[in-house]
Amino acid sequence: MIMIFYYLISAYLAAMVGWNFLRERKKIEDLAQYLIVLIPLLLRILRIK
Amino acid sequence: MSSRPWVPKILLLIPFLYLLIHGGIELYHHRHFHVPVVAGPGVQRVARLSEYSPRIKGTIADTPVFILQGKEPGGKALVLANTHANEPEGLLVALIIIENAVVDKGTLFVIPQFNRSAGRNTKPGDGYPLYFEIPTSWGKKKFRLGNREASPLDQWPDPDVYIHYPDRQLLSYIDVRNINRTWPGRPNGPLMEKTTYAAMELLRRETVDIAVDIHGAETMFPVTNCIVAPEKSNKIATLASMTVKAREGFDSHVEPSPQGFRGLSHREIGDYSETLPFLLEAPIPFLDQPTGPKTERFLIDGKDPFLLSLAKKKKLFVPYDESGWPLEKRVGQHCSVILEIFRQFGRRNPEKEIVVKGVPKYAEVVEKGVGSYFHDPAQAPPDRVFLD
Repeated sequence: MIMIFYYLISAYLAAMVGWNFLRERKKIEDLAQYLIVLIPLLLRILRIK
Repeated sequence: MSSRPWVPKILLLIPFLYLLIHGGIELYHHRHFHVPVVAGPGVQRVARLSEYSPRIKGTIADTPVFILQGKEPGGKALVLANTHANEPEGLLVALIIIENAVVDKGTLFVIPQFNRSAGRNTKPGDGYPLYFEIPTSWGKKKFRLGNREASPLDQWPDPDVYIHYPDRQLLSYIDVRNINRTWPGRPNGPLMEKTTYAAMELLRRETVDIAVDIHGAETMFPVTNCIVAPEKSNKIATLASMTVKAREGFDSHVEPSPQGFRGLSHREIGDYSETLPFLLEAPIPFLDQPTGPKTERFLIDGKDPFLLSLAKKKKLFVPYDESGWPLEKRVGQHCSVILEIFRQFGRRNPEKEIVVKGVPKYAEVVEKGVGSYFHDPAQAPPDRVFLD
């Protein structure tokens, strides 16, 4: 049960990071950092790592 | 940024997608890679651990149990391997037993991948190779290299502190996924506790006499190259240690199982069942920290210049020279110690003898190599090949 909750948290965080990536228009460093943060979240949500 | 803000985003997305897809596919294949195991002439049945505790049925913890029944009744022994899946000697010993052993007297239960989840995990932070290969007469046999802990994909999240059940000792948070900290387990705990509980049920229901948990340890760690035994197993461990030293010429000293350190197989199996537990350690230089790159070759030959330098300064707990500590020695030691534990147990309990043929001893494994004991799955009858 708690595992499902953590997957939901991960999906929420990934969605927020993705949304910030789409909204960001100026700072390339921030864009790169959003993507780096997304990698482990997506790998976990996809049940790969 | 330019008037076209999507340009840098697309340029960044290209390497991002490459990393995600390329890395993800490798990790996916590693988790789903199956190692073929050829059941030898001694294997009568392949059960599942969930037969002893249905709560793990359908989970990754439901590991195969190979049962080798002797023609005559006698003692019973359980051999556990891949408790820590980054110590592959155990898995190789278990497969040598499964593919070659014939039990004349007694019964052997062999679990080659006790922590199946850890066998599908990896340690990218340490640069672990995903696989290793053993040369055989029919080609190379490929194995996954796993990790010490189960994958978070199978048991998540980790607590801040792992509170051991039932002693309530506080252990590191990561130990909740270390199956050698979750003994004796409980039927409704986290997955690792459910798994150890199922193994405890196997030991209790089958009235198993001996449990051998095969491990490896760093050369810089004092508990290495040894048999860890609690008080009740100490005499047999000592006799086995002395005999292999005298007859076969290698050292495997006895370390007492500490009473105050909970959750380990060599402690809890003895405390919560009638079984005599033994935990075997052989030195694996690959696990040491101050080494060169963690390559497949290093895993196999155990040669490292940094460890050699430390050995000259007497910083290691085992003898170490240019020859390293190759896989054949580690696997051979485990084979010999297991056979000697069975023999010593049988001498003290003649009605519970466990007589096993077909398992090589130390010198033979060192001479012929580990791969010479694995059979070609392509040549074996399909119903004798098990993928895991």
